[in-house]
Amino acid sequence: MFDWDVVGGSLPAFLDGIRVTLLLLAMSCAAGFVLAVPLAVARASANRWLSTPVWLFTYVIRGTPLLVQLFMVYYGLAQFEWIRESAAWPMLRSAWFCAWLAFALNTTAYTTEIFAGALKATPAGDVEVARSLGMSSVAIWRRILLPGALRRALPQYGNEVVMLMHATAIASTVSLVEVTRVARDVYYNHLMPAEAFGTAAIIYFVLTAIFVGGFKLLERRYLRHLRPMATTAARA
Amino acid sequence: MLHGYLPMILDGLWTTLSVAAASLAIASLFGLVGAVAKLSESRVARAAADVYTTLIRSLPDLVLMLLIFYGGQILVNEITMAWELDYIDINPFVAGTATLGFIFGAYLTETFRGAILAVPRGQIEAGLAYGMTFPKVLRRILVPQMVRHAIPGFLNNWLVMVKATALVSIIGLDDMMHRASLASAATREPFTFYAAIGAIYLTITTVSILVLHLVERRFSLGVRRVDL
Repeated sequence: MFDWDVVGGSLPAFLDGIRVTLLLLAMSCAAGFVLAVPLAVARASANRWLSTPVWLFTYVIRGTPLLVQLFMVYYGLAQFEWIRESAAWPMLRSAWFCAWLAFALNTTAYTTEIFAGALKATPAGDVEVARSLGMSSVAIWRRILLPGALRRALPQYGNEVVMLMHATAIASTVSLVEVTRVARDVYYNHLMPAEAFGTAAIIYFVLTAIFVGGFKLLERRYLRHLRPMATTAARA
Repeated sequence: MLHGYLPMILDGLWTTLSVAAASLAIASLFGLVGAVAKLSESRVARAAADVYTTLIRSLPDLVLMLLIFYGGQILVNEITMAWELDYIDINPFVAGTATLGFIFGAYLTETFRGAILAVPRGQIEAGLAYGMTFPKVLRRILVPQMVRHAIPGFLNNWLVMVKATALVSIIGLDDMMHRASLASAATREPFTFYAAIGAIYLTITTVSILVLHLVERRFSLGVRRVDL
């Protein structure tokens, strides 16, 4: 009943799809991380003129479907003549660039909220100690606030990366040939849904397991101080 | 407004909301069964619930939806052919809501499990000791307090799910998303229409948050809070 020849024959296409999925994920995560750190600092700031615009940005992005955002960028921008005539148009027409832009903005919003939450959760004592030691505020940000917040954010950030990996399946709707698009093409060619989507499901399952495991290792490294310790008595 | 396409879009909103409401009902059912299974004494039930939540959370919604929609059709075809029944066409509404319900049931399983655990066990024992029947303990002690603990997770899942309903347009359901693409194609103004439905999704999000705040206040009557 299950046609292994179809699965075997489509494996090279699936491998290319995995490469596209991971590349889109890596590019979006990188852009999202770089944008989210300063935005999170603004979002956690006590200055309303800084925090409110960032709040609005994350609220709008997190309150609308990614599919709508992607279509606004990919199909929507062509509506404006000045965009079509601008120098950036050759780039804005490409599905790759649009998908990257939409996914990067989307993950920036979620990552900003995660980092801002972690910043706000900084124990007040940490900052007091740093001040009493005479650290400048730049040094406090660089050596106390940001490293501490990024560590605290690690478990949630790992979740966000896995969710973004799953969200890249949506790029299949704008003709990017990632894993889900390959599965849809295999399905249309052979009309065998279990083989086509089942293979994609196994690929996503394995990728998820790898990412979850990778973040567990990172947590073990960077959140070592939070692990329950064996008591000295037990060790002796 | 919107070149006269607004009524058509709002008609699609009705489909979007129906899908979301039906999926939420199915998800709550799966979530409750899953939570009870995770907390049960039976090792088989616990293992089954663990497989369910792990598997669902490892796969993209879209892939599951395509698998259930197209794969389900083949399965139904095999069954109808084997039993010599009439051909049954899987309706995208049924496939869409079933898939979303099944997916978000896994997330609600964790929400409900946490909420049940948050009710002190002694209260349930006390209820039973007073001679209440178990259904009465559920109705009078467990559920009213569980609701309060479940609200934040429930709200979160509902918000994610409303946005996920946009995916049902891909399997051919005539929801708001699909209406917007039709209107975009006819008017050549895709940005306007996608921005418009984006605004409607944002309104649903905002209204949901406000309503759930009221519900939370209702179920938190008499709970003391610490002022920090």
